[in-house]
Amino acid sequence: MPTTIADTTNLPSQTFWTTLDKELWIKRLLILLVCIWLLVVVVLPLFQLLSKSVADADGRFVGLAHYRTYFSTPSLSSSLFNSLLVSVLTTCISVSLGFLFAYGLTRTTIAGKGFFKAISMMPLFAPTLLNGIALVYLFGRKGLITLGFFGVLPGIEINLYGPVGIIIAEVLFTFPQAVLMLCIALGMTDARLYEAAESLGAGRVRTFFTVTLPSIRYGLISTVFVCFILAFTDFGAPKVVGGNYNILATDIYKQVIGQQNFAMGAVVSVVLLIPTVVAFIIDRIFQRKQVAMIAARSVPLTPRPHVVRDGLYAGYCALIGFLIVGFYLTAVYASLVKVWPYTLDLGFWHYQFSGTGGGGYAAFFNSIRMSLYSAVFGTAITFFAAYLIEKSRQMNSLRQMAYFLSILPLALPGLVIGLAYIFFFNALGWHVGGMFIPNPMNVLYASMGILVISNIVHFFSVSFLTATTALKQLDQEFETVSESMGVPFTKTFARVTVPVCIPAILEIGVYYFVNSMATVSAVIFLYSADIPLASVAVANMDDAGDVAPACAMSVLILLTNLAVRIGFGLLTRRLKARAQAWTGQ
Amino acid sequence: MRNMSMPLKTVLGVLLAIVVLVSTGAAAAEELLVYTALEDDEIPGYLELFKKAHPDIEVKIVRDSTGIVTAKLLAEKDNPQADVVWGTAATSLMLCDQAGMVAPYAPKGLEKVRPKMRDANNPPHWVGIKAWMTGLCVNTIECANLKLPTPESLNDLMNPVYRGHLAMPNPASSGTGFLTVSAILQTMGEEKGWAFLDKLHDNIARYTHSGSKPCKLAGAGEVAIGISFAYRGFMQKQKGEPVLTVFPAEGSGWDVEANCLIKKATIKPAAKTFLDWAISEPVMNAYARVYPVTAYATGVPIPDGFPADPEGQLIENDFNWAAKNRTRILAEWTNRYDGKSEAK
Repeated sequence: MPTTIADTTNLPSQTFWTTLDKELWIKRLLILLVCIWLLVVVVLPLFQLLSKSVADADGRFVGLAHYRTYFSTPSLSSSLFNSLLVSVLTTCISVSLGFLFAYGLTRTTIAGKGFFKAISMMPLFAPTLLNGIALVYLFGRKGLITLGFFGVLPGIEINLYGPVGIIIAEVLFTFPQAVLMLCIALGMTDARLYEAAESLGAGRVRTFFTVTLPSIRYGLISTVFVCFILAFTDFGAPKVVGGNYNILATDIYKQVIGQQNFAMGAVVSVVLLIPTVVAFIIDRIFQRKQVAMIAARSVPLTPRPHVVRDGLYAGYCALIGFLIVGFYLTAVYASLVKVWPYTLDLGFWHYQFSGTGGGGYAAFFNSIRMSLYSAVFGTAITFFAAYLIEKSRQMNSLRQMAYFLSILPLALPGLVIGLAYIFFFNALGWHVGGMFIPNPMNVLYASMGILVISNIVHFFSVSFLTATTALKQLDQEFETVSESMGVPFTKTFARVTVPVCIPAILEIGVYYFVNSMATVSAVIFLYSADIPLASVAVANMDDAGDVAPACAMSVLILLTNLAVRIGFGLLTRRLKARAQAWTGQ
Repeated sequence: MRNMSMPLKTVLGVLLAIVVLVSTGAAAAEELLVYTALEDDEIPGYLELFKKAHPDIEVKIVRDSTGIVTAKLLAEKDNPQADVVWGTAATSLMLCDQAGMVAPYAPKGLEKVRPKMRDANNPPHWVGIKAWMTGLCVNTIECANLKLPTPESLNDLMNPVYRGHLAMPNPASSGTGFLTVSAILQTMGEEKGWAFLDKLHDNIARYTHSGSKPCKLAGAGEVAIGISFAYRGFMQKQKGEPVLTVFPAEGSGWDVEANCLIKKATIKPAAKTFLDWAISEPVMNAYARVYPVTAYATGVPIPDGFPADPEGQLIENDFNWAAKNRTRILAEWTNRYDGKSEAK
């Protein structure tokens, strides 16, 4: 519809009007398409999952019968408590450790901040199964630490298999997220508050509780929820070190893969989904408040040197960095040892993947292919969706719905996506009001396509938010001006928006690639015999007891991801210099 | 097309690529989907023989533990995916047979197969290739370190000195686990059998998803003794792990690894070719090199480390009883011990 700008223009030619109208309709259509896409890949599969949990094997409605069975079977329902316990403890430990680390990186003057931050991000690049496997090599009965480095030192034995192992692995997994989010929260503080506190004579402790904590409270709450959700829904590490300790995520797997009891799998998925969605909603409410927190006249805080404090933090960050690097180096070392712990010759035996299941290098290259597709298509879809939602005017309700659907996957555990996709894509069709509607998505079942789509959805929200943030930094004027000059929005998009956002786009691409390589939760339900995947191979080899080859495959995934990350980091730096030359920086 | 703007091109490109992605999966010559519970490290050797004999047939293998393969087959009952099941416990194939999923077929060379190793129907619903049996994988170094005596029988394993040093497969997912439990119940009688399992349970550190994992855990010293099967113990020793395979004095539980044809709308001729090949002499000799009891005598010498009379080591096994009571036994087992089972 005509806009206020058009109203004040003196000479609206006929062609100008039609272009404007056409533009609007195209945009409207595209946003509608985004909504339909999200409905099909997010909402309908979830609906299918819910309906499976209240139906018997023949598809008849049985109400809450499965749920009653679930809660009256102690070996099943105790998992809910176990899961909650493990994730709450993980969250407490991870957020505390992450807070100290992030504080060191933002509020002190220690050297090597970039280095420490990079090291702390390592776990993001590894499959969580590797966290479990490395723990076995460190703390298992024949672990490096249990044996005191093969008898050099006195050994320390912890009761690894069970909650202890799960918590250590999950702390490692959630730590980078905590650091990332808390660094942002701690970095956004207003220095004027500290000046005021100082001039009012508040001590360190008082300042901490009256200024620091309140100013980061929303970021802190968000971190708590994110860590909780991650720990609550991860299943890679518990699968390896969970031992006899049942938790929800491994139960879903046990029901679906072990006993092919899909209905019970659906029930456990719903049980897993509820706390996750609640955490997600509370977090969203707080997030909304946080936006209003930042004042326009805030002054960034520049930390001042303080010998004792800086020394302590440098020591702490170095210790954490050392532990993380040591952890993964142990995995690399273990993957090279011939027969752990008896023959410590080093070599590449376990990298041949002969005589083990999982698919070996075929699986590895499939994973790379899948991750590339996920990165390319995922980035294109995410960025374009974010652009349409962020840079269009009017159609508010449609855009709001698209926005909501875009951040909804944040609340969906990979296992839930995987199981929902089995139900949705495997369905031949649906009977709606006596009519049979064939399922056009059925062709994707057991194909590369379903794997790519599941990854795009699984990692959609974070990418979408990254894209939205980047787009927000672009002045709305670009759209307004090109619109008033009759330039098609597609041209503006291609000539201005994309080039300027190149760093964010590459960031999203790497995010998709790295996560698609490492993820096991969604794809383990969806891969087919023709398309074995590396991360699934790790799970299968571990199941068969081939821990060393499983470790070797995980190391390959980790190294690939690190190489991609570093390679793109360098590329981004060069592109940034070129594409953003206009900023004069 | 020249005026088409870039994002539209991108969208079209994405769509096109998705179409390509989907369609490339479909094209193929003669393909066979084979489900099997054979060990990962024995399959490639056998398949090489198949490729040599039938280079025109493309075999796709889905390999998992016996229980998983069984569950998968049963779950797909209405829309079977597999063409053929190869080397999977006869007791499991009987379950599939009860579900009406099996197409009877008499493979070439059937007359050579011992009666004990095939279904009695004519044509048979399943045909065995070899027997596999319980074996204890004992880590000699760990047993010496922990001053544990080397067990000679299952009964020895009840000794409290082994507490926390044993691993055993979960019979719900592992065929080895099931045949071991079934043998205990059959030889001791149900009441004594469960009492024995209760005692054994106190000593078990961990129940595993697969039958080979206890042996691999023992080989790595994560446990001292793994209740597993004989082949696995010998293979782990070959890899340089300090594993001694012990055949329990009471005799070993065993099951037949068997093949069957899956009933589908169209049964591929290649499926029958595969079943003929799976009991043919070249591959039977290959089986015999690592499993002493095969569907028919091969003349291949008994592999090192096995008793001189491997058949004498096998208990009297009533497969029909085992198959009929499988569900009940597993339910009872899960009820009693599942808290200690690892994921899956």
